[in-house]
Amino acid sequence: MKNTNSNMSIRRRSVLTGWSFVLLSVVLIFIFYFYPMIQALIMSFQTGTGSNLEFTGLDNYKRLFSDAMFFTAVKNTFIYLLVQVPIMIVLALFISVLLNDKKLKFKGFFRTAIFLPCVTSLVAYAIVFKYLFAGNGLVNTFLLNLHLIDTPIGWITDPFWAKITIVIAITWRWTGYNMIFYLSALQNIDNSIYEAAKIDGASAARQFFGITIPLLKPIILFTSITSTIGTLQLFDEVMNITKGGPGNSTLTISQYIYNLSFKYSADFGYAATVSYSIVIMIILLSFLQFKVAGDKNA
Amino acid sequence: MLKSKRFFTYLFLSIISFVSIFPFLWMVISSTNKSVDVTGGRLLPGTHMMENFRKLLETTDLQLSLVNSAKISITTTVLALLIASLAGYGFEVFRSRSKDIVFNILLLSMMIPFAAMMVPLYRMFANVSDTLPWMGVDTMTSVILPTVTTAFLIFFFRQSTKMFPKELLEAGRIDGLSELSIFLRIFIPTMKTTYAAAAIITFMSSWNNYLWPLIVLQSPETKTMPLLISILGSGYAPDYGMILIAIVIGTLPTAIVFFLMQKQFVAGMTGSVK
Repeated sequence: MKNTNSNMSIRRRSVLTGWSFVLLSVVLIFIFYFYPMIQALIMSFQTGTGSNLEFTGLDNYKRLFSDAMFFTAVKNTFIYLLVQVPIMIVLALFISVLLNDKKLKFKGFFRTAIFLPCVTSLVAYAIVFKYLFAGNGLVNTFLLNLHLIDTPIGWITDPFWAKITIVIAITWRWTGYNMIFYLSALQNIDNSIYEAAKIDGASAARQFFGITIPLLKPIILFTSITSTIGTLQLFDEVMNITKGGPGNSTLTISQYIYNLSFKYSADFGYAATVSYSIVIMIILLSFLQFKVAGDKNA
Repeated sequence: MLKSKRFFTYLFLSIISFVSIFPFLWMVISSTNKSVDVTGGRLLPGTHMMENFRKLLETTDLQLSLVNSAKISITTTVLALLIASLAGYGFEVFRSRSKDIVFNILLLSMMIPFAAMMVPLYRMFANVSDTLPWMGVDTMTSVILPTVTTAFLIFFFRQSTKMFPKELLEAGRIDGLSELSIFLRIFIPTMKTTYAAAAIITFMSSWNNYLWPLIVLQSPETKTMPLLISILGSGYAPDYGMILIAIVIGTLPTAIVFFLMQKQFVAGMTGSVK
């Protein structure tokens, strides 16, 4: 970081000016981020319907640990997390390494095509996927015609396949997004490292695991943390593809909070308690990922 | 050996590209077909597009939702850029220890999941509905306010300010310009590409925002495009052709922005981690 050699008089004059530049943002972020967080913490110790809340101590937290639907939502969310995030990151890494090849033709086309899903709104693509994966949808028709399956798969109606559909949908939407991060990081790697490795007779796989992965570690960490945070907040897709069904088999934590607050009889206090479980999970998982990746590089 | 590897690379990338593009093709093609043909698996463009469009205009208030979405996203984008760039510039140019601490606290807000804020936010806006009807539940203001300031965008502008030539700043001071006019008349025009990238990201996320508008907008007159599409898509006997043309229309603005400004778009996504 270059030192701004501004002299002391300018410094002193600019103390107030400086704060006036940042003041509005600071106020808005405190009102619309930190204040609600504190409110949610207070509400998590209250119960009641709608706005008639009163303090009931740890009741909500006790309820949380015996709430089967909460555990279903947590389990589903973690299935998405553990299955989808690794698949997507490996796929995005693999694609970006292929695309980083200097001799590759049609590079621009491939990159644009794979990135294209990112321009769709979550709602729009979720509904397109719901139709493609419907009982009489195109995916089943295609698989039946190829004689890969004998009877249509219940992509939306079967508890197991509905989860698979959600995983496929999210992977489709976000792989290109992660790929862009890896591509821009790969472009910063000095090619002479690879040249040297080649002279030493290192295979492509050896180069990938020995050079590419270690150098991309900070950005892989960044994308896995953002993907984890994103998955813990999964809502739009599930809401529009399966509505959480069949029988809560695709319900996510965010959707459960939404249901508690705005669908069932407004149980704001308990909803706030459930929402704090996401906060705690995000903190724990981000911390864990930092530890696993070794925080020196991050 | 080398040739077969090449072949595999092209084959693999072609398949991935096809899978990525196919839902778009299908959605555009199906929007020109009758609902029966869509379920029948027809993959050729039909002649039913105008008919589907006409039906969409009859069953929904498409224009109103488009206008609502446009108003909200454009206002959000303009305000967000102004607020965040002022702050990002301020944190970098007037750097001090106390400001760095405040900046780091602001960054913590990126870790807060929206699910944890939505209930208190909803109550905040519901509480002021009676006294300040223009910013209560079901107003444009209530959609815009909580989403207009993001620590991400402040961070993005701060990083970009590091690239801003300090000589320009000093030159402005020597010329006797006030700090604000240095920002307005030198910084903003110099950083056009940064603003473009930030504008695209903000516009897209605002145009596509679903959960918060779903909570805070309740009357049919305030519905945005994602809400309209979601309602259409949740019906039990869907008219595929009609719904898909709604989705095509809802996706067009972001798709156009993407194709016109691809470079800035990518710069905007990755800019934060340079």
